[in-house]
Parts: sequence; structure tokens; C-alpha cells
Amino acid sequence: MQEPSYIELLPNGGPVGLKAIPVLKYSDFSSQMAGMMSLETVHCVLYYAFPYNGGLKFIAVLADDTSGKFLVFSHEQNSRITTLDSLTPQIPALHLFEREIHENFGIGFDNHPWLKPVRFANDRHRKDLGMNDYPFYRIDSEELHEVGVGPIHAGVIEPGHFRFICNGEKVIHLEIQLGYQHRGIEKLMLEAKSGLTRSVLAENIAGDTAVGHAVTNAQLIESLAGITISDSLQVERAIALELERIAVHIGDTAALCADVAYQFGQVVNEALRTTIINTTQLWCGNRFGKGLIRPGGTHYPLTSPVIESMLNTLNDTGFRFREITDNIFTAPSLLIRFDGIGIVTRNQALSIGAVGMAARMTGIARDIRTTHPTGHYSVLKYEPIIQETGDVLARAMLRNLEACKSIEMVTDRASALLATCHLQPATDNRQPITDNYLQPSSFALSVTEGWRGEIAHAAITGPYGEIVHYKIKDPSFHNWMALALAVRNQEISDFPVCNKSFNLSYCGHDL
Amino acid sequence: MFRSIKILRQHGIQYVPNLRTAKLTPLFRGRPVITGQLSAEQSAELANLCPSGAIEPNPFSIDLGKCVFCRECEFAAPDKIRFTNDYHIATNNRSNLIIRADQDIPIILDPDLVRKEIRTLFRRSLKLRQVSAAGDASNEMELNAAGNVCFDMGRYGIEFVASPRHADGLVITGPISENMAEALQICYDATPAPKLIILCGTDAISGGLFAESHALNRTFLNRYPIDLYVPGNPVHPLTFINGILDLIGRRI
Repeated sequence: MQEPSYIELLPNGGPVGLKAIPVLKYSDFSSQMAGMMSLETVHCVLYYAFPYNGGLKFIAVLADDTSGKFLVFSHEQNSRITTLDSLTPQIPALHLFEREIHENFGIGFDNHPWLKPVRFANDRHRKDLGMNDYPFYRIDSEELHEVGVGPIHAGVIEPGHFRFICNGEKVIHLEIQLGYQHRGIEKLMLEAKSGLTRSVLAENIAGDTAVGHAVTNAQLIESLAGITISDSLQVERAIALELERIAVHIGDTAALCADVAYQFGQVVNEALRTTIINTTQLWCGNRFGKGLIRPGGTHYPLTSPVIESMLNTLNDTGFRFREITDNIFTAPSLLIRFDGIGIVTRNQALSIGAVGMAARMTGIARDIRTTHPTGHYSVLKYEPIIQETGDVLARAMLRNLEACKSIEMVTDRASALLATCHLQPATDNRQPITDNYLQPSSFALSVTEGWRGEIAHAAITGPYGEIVHYKIKDPSFHNWMALALAVRNQEISDFPVCNKSFNLSYCGHDL
Repeated sequence: MFRSIKILRQHGIQYVPNLRTAKLTPLFRGRPVITGQLSAEQSAELANLCPSGAIEPNPFSIDLGKCVFCRECEFAAPDKIRFTNDYHIATNNRSNLIIRADQDIPIILDPDLVRKEIRTLFRRSLKLRQVSAAGDASNEMELNAAGNVCFDMGRYGIEFVASPRHADGLVITGPISENMAEALQICYDATPAPKLIILCGTDAISGGLFAESHALNRTFLNRYPIDLYVPGNPVHPLTFINGILDLIGRRI
């Protein structure tokens, strides 16, 4: 094979000219992709297509955990009526990326084992097919039965359809149909009248990751506008991201307790989550941090009264969270519902390209805060928390340990900020930018470790610095397949606790 | 055992005793107030700034059914617009959500518009089916929080139920995607009459940020009367609970 041909991007670096991205012949592209992804330390962050010069341009972004760089390369097709050799048989992690390209543009992928719709996006190639035409996997049998759940679920949650094939109570196969939540966000990002609208759209991609997506968008725009933000604002964003992580992990611990009928653990953790989101509300007026993050600045600089309240809350909540989790993780009646249930093996997680929590619970040290840090994480030297067993217990324990570690981290950072300020804002009050000039004809990438895993936003600008393509990837895009694998050979009654242990985003996937 | 008792003691009493008068933090973004007249130029600027088209320049007004509560208009014109922490912003009259200049008055529910059977049948017990139709999960989490130990709307007999067959109405979140339109209709049809429709969150009321998206199908809303509009992004649990209490005519 010839020398690999790609351009390297630094996590904190600026954009690259679109023309600087090597364009490979598809055969070279395929062999390079397969070669590079044979390493465990390389995974695919993005692989997508967009209309270009009357045809399509396909961009692949791989993350190299060893060098801490993103590797970008591409191929182009003149005609939109093309069939390519699928890479999925060799690299299963690409299955959904190829399916997305197929759905959006009608590109065929020969030998793709599972070339099914992704989300029935509004501007899909086959407008004649809709949600009711999803081709579910079927097994003809007198012994087996199917169980369909959703799109509307029993609880107050987002919609999605789960189709189980069961042998008695045992799940043989689960297929997850998504797309009910599709709002056309990527297109709205292009039609947006201002940078502000894009920033607000970003924080509404997934309500439980408002800060994560808003930070990713802000970093992308700052990169394209050539803006460097102050150290203190970077600290502030890290605090916001970690508060989001703490709140969700505690909330999901409550939900896991609820799903195994441990009401005590549920109500205590719900109350603890409330204290964290109320701290975010005290800081910026919104319990989910909407409005807190803006490109280039902030409207809500941290002040000493807010930091003091934050420190008190974290101290108290941290203590009480350790007490209740000690209780949870020593109760045999709970452990029997978590331990060895819903296992995803390390090899499975690697092959589907799992990211974030879904990777770390099987012993894969995949954490953008460590491998590709941006902002304040570049100086934090974060060490990821790893679990080995890949079951519900591993995911519950990972949440527990990550919440505690983040509480420590925020306490440490916030105390340091407090020491340097007295009644004045702890961080500088720089006005956000709304419509700065963006570098023209460029490709920019921003990747952040949200609480679920890596969030990626990529933009392409035209000759006048206008955004001509905007790609969003929520970690759920990779990780829904992990849930489908986790419930194989489990009792169907274990599905809720398996589902909740991942808590994946429907709207983040459907966009 | 002793550890559980210890945790229970630490947990203490969490519930908010009076949900009508509870105060939120000063920065909470509730009902805005417009003070003084804005110049035509400034009005047009703010209308252009607003990411969800909630601002009408002439005469100047903010429509809370479209507002995503980002507060950017206040940052641009701090001497003219101020978001208060008044969370009592649910109403059954869509036009009550439009905030005009020099009108610092609470948003109220219009009792004459409430269908008679709502107050006779649901005043003491209201079971609701929630349908997320492309909601971003923040409204859904706040609706769950409305039933938790802090807000505990169950104390008034208000609860979410799993089946539409057991429900007295639907609470819709999200801008209603094309891909969810059919499921929403099926769920509505499965709910026994008389039934309520409550639109929860700015996305549901107007489409919000997504109003211009082609991926939506909001025709469901043209077919039925709406009983309550609850603005917010997301809706605060206190806004939701107070809105429902007003609707069913429940005093506490």
C-alpha cells in the first residue's frame, strides 16, 4: 500500500482549506481507511457526504488516540448515481455512516449487510418511503414471537421503536428504529440567519446535552473566526460541562434505581440531581444551561456568590451521593439486577465504534478529554475512568465514579477561581460574538467529550466565509447499536434497566 | 438498615410546600417586561436578532409562544427589556402570551374559555398521557421533575399515566415532526373523551426554533382546540403545575 494520504488536524487548531484535504481514489480511500482503522487506537469520528461540484464529496475524519490528532481525507464522485463497495463488512463501525450516505443521496453500497434507513430524514433520497416502511429483520418461526415497543413509551421520554424477537422471555434480537425525532437541524444550521441562531439551535439538539453541543458549536465558530478565548472562560466552560455530567449521572443513577424498584435510591438521587441543576439555574437562569455558552464570550461570567453556592452544593451533594451509592452498590438485591446483565464485550464495543461511556465500560480508554483535549482540558491532564465488565453494573459504577471525579474537579477549579476574585466576576465578561467573518473555503472540526461521549460538529465554508455545510454527530449515533447488542440473550424484563444504563439520545441521533 | 435511616435523615423534607408562591432564583427567565417605547430602528434590530421570530417590531411585542427565552434581546437593549423570574406564564388564551410595551401585568388564564367539563370532571383527579413529538428531552425531564419529591404534583391528583386509555388528555412536547405525526394522532384517538390537549414548551406551541423546518407536520393542531399553552424552553415544573391548577380550577 502507498503512503497514507491525509491531513492532520489538532483538536485546538484552526480550520484547513477544503482543497488541502487529500482527495483519494475510492479504492485507495477504502484500503487506507481499512488499514488505519485496524488499529484499536484509531476510530471513525465522522464519515459523510455533501453535494460538491455537481457530484458528491465524501469526508472521513478519524481520531488517532496515540498522536492526539484528527486525520482527514476524502474521495469524490462525479455522479450521484453510483454504487461503491461497502467498507462495513471489513469495518462494522462504519455501518451507520454508510447507511446515512445511502439514505441521504441514494448512493449504493455493495455488500453492505444492513443497508437500512437511519432516520427517514426529510431531504432523503427516497421520499416515497416513510416511517412505516422500515424493513425489520424477521425470523419465520412457530416458536418465536415479536414484541414491538413504541414509538410512544410508557414513561415521559422521547419516542423510538424497539422490535424484539424473543424465544419465550429471552431476547434473541433487538432492532431499534429511530427517526421519529427528526427536526432537520443540520439544514436549519445552514438556513440560520445568524451565529446566534446557530448557537441557540446547538443547545437544543439534545436537551440533556445543551452545554455539550453548545460548547462544540462555540469552539467550531471560534476556530473558523480565528478567535482565542481567555483561560478563565475556558475554565468556566469546563465547569459547565462537568456540572452537566454530574447532573445526568446522578439522575440516571436515580432512574436505574427506579427500574429495579428501589424507590429509596430513586428519590434520594432525584433530589441530589435537583441541587446540581438548580446550581446551573442560579448561574445562568436555566436548569439545563441553555443560554450559558456563546461563541467568543459569555453573558454569565461566574461571580463569587455563584461559586460559593456551587462549592457548598457540591460539598453537600458529593457527600450525600457517596452515602447513597455506598448503599446501592452493597445491596445484594440491587446488585443481582445489575451484575452480569446486558453485557457488551470489549470486542463488540470496538467493532461498532462505541464512544464515551459505552466504550469506557468495556475497558477501552476512549475519552476526548484525554486523547484530544480542547480548552481547559488541555491543561487538566484528565485520566479517564475505566470499567472492564461491560454490564449494567459497569455502566452504573462508571457513572458513580465519573460523577464523584467531576465533583472533585469542579470543586478544585471553582475554588481556584474564587481565590482570584472578590465580588467581581470571577471570569472576564467578554461579549459573545454574533457574526464574525469566518475563514472562507475551509473545513473546521470541533470535538468535545459530552457526558455520553464524543460530540462532533464539522462545518464547511464557501468562498465568502458563509457556512455551506454543517454536520452534527451526537455520541448516540455510535452507541445505539451497543444497546441492541447488550440485550441479546437477556430476559426481556431486563430491557428497561439496560436501556437506562446507556440513556442514549433519540433527538441527538435523529437531528 | 442504620445507614438507610441516616440517609433518610439527611434527605430530610424535600417538597416545596407552596407551589403557588415558591420563588425562583433572580436570573430565572420567565415573563419579560418591556419598558418604554423602542425606536423603529431598534425594534427592527431586535426583531432581526431574535432567533425564533418572537419579536414583532411594529408595534413592538414579544410572543412567549415563540420565545425560546435566550434573553439575547435584553442583552442588546437592557434599558428596554427585562426578563423577570415570574414563572406564572401558562394560559389558555394564545393572545395572552403576547407581551406589549409598558404592560407589566401577570399572564392569566381566561376562565370563560375553559370547557365546562374540565372543571367538573378533572378538578380532583387528572391523568395525563405525555407525547414527545420531537421534543429535545429537556421538557420531558422537567415534566418528570414535576412529579418528583420536590414538586410532587401528585398531591393534587395530577399524574402521568402509561396508556392513553387511562388518560384524560395529552401533554405534547416538541415541534411535532412529520415522522411523529401519525403516532400522535393514534395516541389522541386512543384517549377517551372528553379529553384535554396541553401544549408544553415553545416548540410545541409554535414550532419555536424549528418553525421553518420542512421536517415538521403540525396539522394535528389545526384539528382540535387547545386547552392550555405552557411556554418555556424548557417549561419549568412550577409553570406547568400552576398552569394545570389554574385550568382545572383548583385552589390550594
